[in-house]
Amino acid sequence: MVASIFPLQIKGVEVKQRGVRLIGPVDLELGAEGLTIVLGPNGSGKTSLLRLMHGLIRPVRGSLKWAVPEAEVRTQQAYVFQTPTMMRRSVTECIAYALIVTGVSRAQARNAAREYATRVGLAHALDRPAGVLSGGEKQKLALARALIRKPQILFLDEPCANLDGRATREIETILGEVRSTSTRIVMATHDLGQARRLAQDVLFMVNGCVHEKSSAHDFFSNPQTAEAKAFLGGQIVE
Amino acid sequence: MNDLSRGLAEAAYRVVTLDPELVEITLRSLQVTVTAVVIASAIGLPLGAWLAVNRFAGRRHVIAVLNALMGLPPVVVGLIIYVLLSRSGPFGVLGLLFTPTAMIIAQVVIVTPLIASIAHQALRDLWAEYHDLLISLNTTKRQRVATLLWEGRRALLTACLAGFGRAIGEVGAIMIVGGNIDNATRVLTTAIALETGKGNFSLALGLGFVLVALSILLNLAIHSLSRTERSTLW
Repeated sequence: MVASIFPLQIKGVEVKQRGVRLIGPVDLELGAEGLTIVLGPNGSGKTSLLRLMHGLIRPVRGSLKWAVPEAEVRTQQAYVFQTPTMMRRSVTECIAYALIVTGVSRAQARNAAREYATRVGLAHALDRPAGVLSGGEKQKLALARALIRKPQILFLDEPCANLDGRATREIETILGEVRSTSTRIVMATHDLGQARRLAQDVLFMVNGCVHEKSSAHDFFSNPQTAEAKAFLGGQIVE
Repeated sequence: MNDLSRGLAEAAYRVVTLDPELVEITLRSLQVTVTAVVIASAIGLPLGAWLAVNRFAGRRHVIAVLNALMGLPPVVVGLIIYVLLSRSGPFGVLGLLFTPTAMIIAQVVIVTPLIASIAHQALRDLWAEYHDLLISLNTTKRQRVATLLWEGRRALLTACLAGFGRAIGEVGAIMIVGGNIDNATRVLTTAIALETGKGNFSLALGLGFVLVALSILLNLAIHSLSRTERSTLW
């Protein structure tokens, strides 16, 4: 039995890169369940917040603590990037790689990879080079590669950016299935429609700061800040 | 022009008749060069990948030195190895001077920085592409290096072929440490130098054409076996 990595507690965190503040100060707590949408305009710090929580970037100030030591947390997280990296391998090998590096045998990893590829709708492309997949298929591959490790938390950085309606719907269907398992999802998007369809709670960010954290219902029906109201009203928020 | 055509004819005649001397020299050239390139690749490729993945104090200086070593003058390398392997040198007891092993050592020293440097440049770009994914998947440094080496295999093949090209055409160092001894350490390049010195231009040119053809054929064979340029997506 793997110990739960939750809750995540972020206190007074600031992230800077080459002296420029990317996010902060941020205070928030993340529980073990639900699908949180990180919403905000471009450049508001959504991606940086996800990368911070995933451990890809470090805070210059404040603290970020999970319930278990960092080494254990890393094995229980997965991240789907906005532009997923496609390795120079077949679809099956690309997905299996995520398991092979954890010490699982190649044969077992390949079997699991085929299962997960089928689950996300890539059964027809198992032996194809990952590089020839369409944008939607690449995102599905990235999802399968993330899910095959059965993470407790899944970070998704605008997974449907640049996808058409059909591909977006397919990705959202997969996310709906993931949500029904015990995997916690934190997803960044600036697509209001998608946020309305998927969110259980919302983190609204502007200029590197969390302006609102509330349930999806409360956020969409009764936003508290002027920036959120403007954003929901379709105005340009900077 | 006359020498060129006679050289071509000489090369064709010796190849068609499988001239024993030519075969022996060619096989020795291949043996020395392929062995040297395999050893240099075994050192240079992981070194290039390691430099691409790791950040440490003085890394830039190490890379600058590595790049500078690509231009090592072969004659100087030969001279240093000669001194090291000569009877009075620290490794004289091994009795390696004027043997193919000494020639291999010289070629490894010349070729390793070239392979490592080209590998580093190729893998540095690949690392930029794979960085987030490999960190996100919580891979160890060893796994990252192994992954980059596999994913960058096409570019690394080019690095190895560049090393082969430099090694097979090398003459200065192997002349010094090999001695160009007939039936022992004579290879195509040293034979060409010898025949040129003797004024036997047609034979020298013939050997030269064989050397060029050998290099091209080996490159084509490796490209064909590795399916390079058939797909950019693997």
